[in-house]
Amino acid sequence: MSASIPLQPGAVDDDQNVSKVTFWTRLRRHKLAIAGIVVLSIIVLAAVFAKQLAPFDPNAIDEVHWQGPPLPPCFVDHAQCWGHVLGTDEVGRDLFSRLLFGARISLMVGFFAVLMEVLIGTSLGAIAGYYGKWVDWSIMRVTDVFLSIPLLPLLLVLTAIVAASSSKAALNFGVIVLIIGALSWMSVARLVRASFLSLREREFAEAARAVGNRDGRIIFRHLLPNAIAPIIVQATLDIAGVIILESTLSFLGFGIQPPTASWGNMLSNAQATVETAWWAAVFPGVCILVTVLAINYIGDGLRDALDPNMR
Amino acid sequence: MRRTLQSIPLLLLISIILYAILYNMPGGPLAPYLANPHITPADIARLKHNLGMDQPVPIQYLKWLLHVLTGDMGYSTSNSEPVLQAILERLPATLELMLTSFVFSLAIGVTAGIVSAVYRYTAVDYLITTLAFFGQSMPVFWFALMMQLAFAVHGIPLPFGYQIQLPSAGISASDTFDWGDRLSHLILPTIVLSLLSLALFSRFMRSSLLEVLNTDYMRTAAAKGLAFRAILFKHGLKNALIPVVTIVALSLPGVLGGAIITEDIFAWPGTGRLFYNGLTQGDISLLMGILIILAVAVVFSNLLADVVYAWLDPRVKYD
Repeated sequence: MSASIPLQPGAVDDDQNVSKVTFWTRLRRHKLAIAGIVVLSIIVLAAVFAKQLAPFDPNAIDEVHWQGPPLPPCFVDHAQCWGHVLGTDEVGRDLFSRLLFGARISLMVGFFAVLMEVLIGTSLGAIAGYYGKWVDWSIMRVTDVFLSIPLLPLLLVLTAIVAASSSKAALNFGVIVLIIGALSWMSVARLVRASFLSLREREFAEAARAVGNRDGRIIFRHLLPNAIAPIIVQATLDIAGVIILESTLSFLGFGIQPPTASWGNMLSNAQATVETAWWAAVFPGVCILVTVLAINYIGDGLRDALDPNMR
Repeated sequence: MRRTLQSIPLLLLISIILYAILYNMPGGPLAPYLANPHITPADIARLKHNLGMDQPVPIQYLKWLLHVLTGDMGYSTSNSEPVLQAILERLPATLELMLTSFVFSLAIGVTAGIVSAVYRYTAVDYLITTLAFFGQSMPVFWFALMMQLAFAVHGIPLPFGYQIQLPSAGISASDTFDWGDRLSHLILPTIVLSLLSLALFSRFMRSSLLEVLNTDYMRTAAAKGLAFRAILFKHGLKNALIPVVTIVALSLPGVLGGAIITEDIFAWPGTGRLFYNGLTQGDISLLMGILIILAVAVVFSNLLADVVYAWLDPRVKYD
């Protein structure tokens, strides 16, 4: 298959060099995206080193000092906080430590669910766009089906079924990732299909076909690299979306199960004590908001930098 | 017309997939009975036979479909009444909340988008786009929690010694129908449910209007010497509002999801809360019924958006 090499890579390499330069300059000009990258890096580091940074065991109850009501944060009442920087939750567990470990859950669910979504969406979109005709038609009808069922209710039903068929403890990290990832590939599939429909008509694709490449090689080596930009933007924005979804599921009791800390399930416990212990209700939500905001700004910056014409 | 016909196989496919997911799961609609120690395996077998659950799945599906088409969506175990009746009883409360929030978010969102586009790159524009970004990044349930904390628990102090203390519970218990009371209970849930679409509409309106402001016919109108205000309202908005129809339809699934959260947190006695209760009690028939109705609403609203779009914009033609 050496015949295929001189025909195409040269052109693509030139293109990529040009776009790489403008990519970085454009991204650097997007100040909010840079701020987003800084903030997200800090959160990622905090999640990675959660074990080293956490002053307490996230699941341990402070039996010595906790008397029933949640302990206040140190900046509220220095004498009563007993070293719990951000106070404790309603059963006396250190809020700051739980937030650190919760960051792990949120970021990992976001990353792995989107990874799965991109793999499914890209494969289906590439097959539909490349082969066209009835293959395209059937894949797109299935896409329509999943786009017509509101995502959150469907996710809730699926997790509820898993919970009912064994127990709520079955709703672990892997199951949540699997369910979210399996149901959010539609936008990626549509994007990839649209790029493939136009890319397969281009001359380099025709040339690759003419010299006898197999379909798989054309799809992965020739077409996919040219369709990657919109996938990256969509995937970034979807990480933010998945983090919100996971926290919503956990808040409603059908996501990550306690005692494992997730920003969502911390809030579901805090709802009951919101009148007396505002800190337990405020801080996990601030974490979600800041993380999602940072990722959304990064996604926005990537969109501007990769292709200003994309909307 | 062709598009209307296309939505029928789409809905059939949706129903098949939902049926496959929900009814083939362990337990299925009988899950609430399986947990009951007073029900013997013989009872279960009889129930299965009576419900036709001992027949092949495709037959079961067709039977179910025929029943649904005649308005029989099964029996809700958590409410002890027919599914359709349970849904219809709670529908008005949900529609009240959704319509209020729809009008609210459309009015404010579109206005904010217009202001943002007209005063592009000014402080006002930055403020609006930043707020919209926050709105899109905000977890709805936490926003609801914070609104409760701010208004219902602490009350926001105002000058002149007043405090706004908004009621957080859904509909009041008082017997007499009082418009003021009714509206005051709507405020918080409406704000919470509107947040996401508000952000979406304003961002979309902004980019749509900016696109229109850049077109040749707008330049021509300006060259004729028309005042900016006249151009904006006569030519600009007319064209910029057309794509908003699409985004309104596309936002529906998100709003439906948001309604579940909002109704749950504010104890709003609507279908969202019904759904959540069904969820915690494993009431498969009820969940299936609500999911089907949601899907029909989404498919129908997309269809409606296409029709309205073609009607508003003669350049668009569907075959």
